[in-house]
Amino acid sequence: MRRRVVVTGLGLVAPGGIGAKAFWELVSSGRTATRAISLCDASPFRSRVAAECDFDPVLHGFTPQEVRRMDRATQFAAAATDEAVAEAGLRFEDLDPHRTGVTVGSAVGCTTSLEREYATVSNGGRAWLVDHTYAVPHLYGHFVPSSMAAEVAWRVGAEGPVGVVSTGCTSGLDAVAHARELILEGSADIMVAGATDAPISPITLACFDAIKATTPRNDDPEHASRPFDATRNGFVLGEGAAMFVLEEHGHAVRRGARVLAELSGFASRCNAFHMTGLRPDGREMAEAIRGALTEAGARPDDIDYVNAHGSGTKQNDRHETAAFKAALGESAYRTPVSSIKSMVGHSLGAIGAIEIAACVLALRHGVIPPTANLHEPDPECDLDYVPLTSRRADLATVLTVGSGFGGFQSAMVLSRPGEHAA
Amino acid sequence: MTAVAVTGMGILAPNGAGTPAYWAATLSGRSGLGGLTRFDPSPYPVRLAGEIQDLDAAALLPSRLRAQTDELTRLSLVAAEWALADAGLDPADLPEYAVGVVTANTAGGFEFGQRELENLWSKGSGYVSAYQSFAWFYAVNTGQISIRHGLRGPGSVVVTDGAGGLDALAAARRLLRRGAQAMVTGAVDGSLCPWSWTALLAEGRLSTREDPDDAYLPFDSRADGHVAGEGGALLVVEDTEAARARGARTHGLIEGYGTAFDPAPGSGRAPGLRRAVTQALDEAGWRPSDVDVVFADAAGTPQLDRQEAAALAAVFGPGGVPVTAPKTMTGRLAAGSGPLDVATALLALRDQVIPPTVNVSCPKEEYCIDLVTTVRRTRLRRALVLARGHGGFNSAVALSGP
Repeated sequence: MRRRVVVTGLGLVAPGGIGAKAFWELVSSGRTATRAISLCDASPFRSRVAAECDFDPVLHGFTPQEVRRMDRATQFAAAATDEAVAEAGLRFEDLDPHRTGVTVGSAVGCTTSLEREYATVSNGGRAWLVDHTYAVPHLYGHFVPSSMAAEVAWRVGAEGPVGVVSTGCTSGLDAVAHARELILEGSADIMVAGATDAPISPITLACFDAIKATTPRNDDPEHASRPFDATRNGFVLGEGAAMFVLEEHGHAVRRGARVLAELSGFASRCNAFHMTGLRPDGREMAEAIRGALTEAGARPDDIDYVNAHGSGTKQNDRHETAAFKAALGESAYRTPVSSIKSMVGHSLGAIGAIEIAACVLALRHGVIPPTANLHEPDPECDLDYVPLTSRRADLATVLTVGSGFGGFQSAMVLSRPGEHAA
Repeated sequence: MTAVAVTGMGILAPNGAGTPAYWAATLSGRSGLGGLTRFDPSPYPVRLAGEIQDLDAAALLPSRLRAQTDELTRLSLVAAEWALADAGLDPADLPEYAVGVVTANTAGGFEFGQRELENLWSKGSGYVSAYQSFAWFYAVNTGQISIRHGLRGPGSVVVTDGAGGLDALAAARRLLRRGAQAMVTGAVDGSLCPWSWTALLAEGRLSTREDPDDAYLPFDSRADGHVAGEGGALLVVEDTEAARARGARTHGLIEGYGTAFDPAPGSGRAPGLRRAVTQALDEAGWRPSDVDVVFADAAGTPQLDRQEAAALAAVFGPGGVPVTAPKTMTGRLAAGSGPLDVATALLALRDQVIPPTVNVSCPKEEYCIDLVTTVRRTRLRRALVLARGHGGFNSAVALSGP
């Protein structure tokens, strides 16, 4: 019998509150967690707003050595893992470590720690030949972000397939899909998978400033992230993590686990167009959506909700709207679409996993989270973007998509438990 | 699981750029290790490296690509172009979404990143390159290769430190199974700048010896670390039937793959390498005695060498299989060594010759390892390639000749 992959646990570290409960309260309320940047001195930068997490590793129980060894993004992943594992009712001592793996997605890895260490060894950027004697002993773990997956694997005792998937802003979707594939092919029965990023540091602010990708709406931080609104002018950087316990369906049933959702289809395509630019017609994203629908055995009109990439840049939101129309046809006009980036910002590689979490919770609660700050629709974005307030709906099958630098386009279909027909 | 065919290879190594130059150097035991020239290494305790020589990657690329890429990406673009040419594959001849890319790397375009960090910290935010947002990140090589060759199929990037190159091949193989017809995959990796050097020094696995012929001595009783280098290989892999249907020449088949993660430090449980080997053999349907040569990870530190020798002895019996590490001529290329060893193994299978592990005169007796230290001509049908990564990553690939 064909193997199937279900979600049995999820955990989050997100702007606006730590944990799945706080996250869902925020995104279903339409409140926003974007604010003036406090994690670093943002005064030299064009864009000075972000969606930050109020996360204290000490209060979260990390040991002093873990605090020193792990980048903030790694801490997020570890904390989200702890919640996901607890929620799944998993006792790792009862599992076969060889059949348990880990996939962590991240776009920029341990950038924040790397920048902090660079500032030290270069004495504030003064020396090209940096002084290595000032480096922290665990610098290599920041240098190569596979350390993130290793930390999670040690935490849960996984000894099966372990790794990091790093495809920029689709990392979260692609990492969960990678883990799903490992279960489908029989290489693992349980995967702890998700994504994390904590990019709010000067070098990240500078690199997005340089291409004006982030919004300069600094005087109104709560309303700065405006996907699909005519006044949108760039994305709001975010941070956070979402981790899941994924299980082979039969494995979950046998241990009496509560199934939250099924990951029923996935596909990805590259646009082979430009490292940051998007083809206006959205054809590769449309192709990824078609592939995900086909694998899920779903027709366009089966999709009850689309969780959009919806970054709030001029080009993305039009690109994506075109892709939905191309892939879903007339159904696109009847299907609610929303972007939670309006509330939690764009946490680069992490957001794809955070958006999967939003889909799992939407399926569970029968509620579509809204697109906050959408007051004045862009005439070229003419779908139903669920403005401002959440909406009750009978959700059986939902779609989430991602798009990122490098040309990556990914799409995943999730189904309510028991809905999957294929 | 069906085998996939390797139909193209693009090799960039410190001892040879391009397959003919690299293979000739490797068979003659010519090393590419030497004094580090990319930056002034005098402030650092390690001054040797394996640098790619006799190749100006920037000159082989369109000028618009030069400003926006790290050297690592330029090398990756050159290797990808060579691999597609070697495969005789023009992606335009195939359906639009038939060809994808999966690469591995360990640290992204790190030298580019250091340059922009320096601009930011010494001059200010207005001096950071407009290309920084995509020149440093880990996804850069897959994205640039996809754009340059119009590859619109699935794309991915794997980061598992030194095991990543083999894990990328495995990911590419999965995508072939899901319907892609061909994938460009592998890794060209390694970054030579003062800031990456600092990270490598912090890892503590580099040899501090000054003589390039005496610094990287895996399985030797004098082993004290490795020499870091840059390079690797990008491969074209195809569904075996699709390759046959288009009349492609095949370098060999990937018949099996295994991966296993080491237990948490201090757990007392067995390390993962042996399991990775066993999985690869099981998937290929081979017995240990079917393997004619092993291309070892060859970490070059006593503890890691001992672990690898123990895993090999447990699977193959003491001295039960010839083992070689031609990476003694290139240095360890981060994620690049695994795919380069795959390419090397396929050349070895083609020519029925095992390339040598240079500079190691006598492997440590307790390892019970049949280390090939001079070129050995013998009947070769099947090879196994191993790669490990910092933190506990272990992967193995089982290969057969064409």
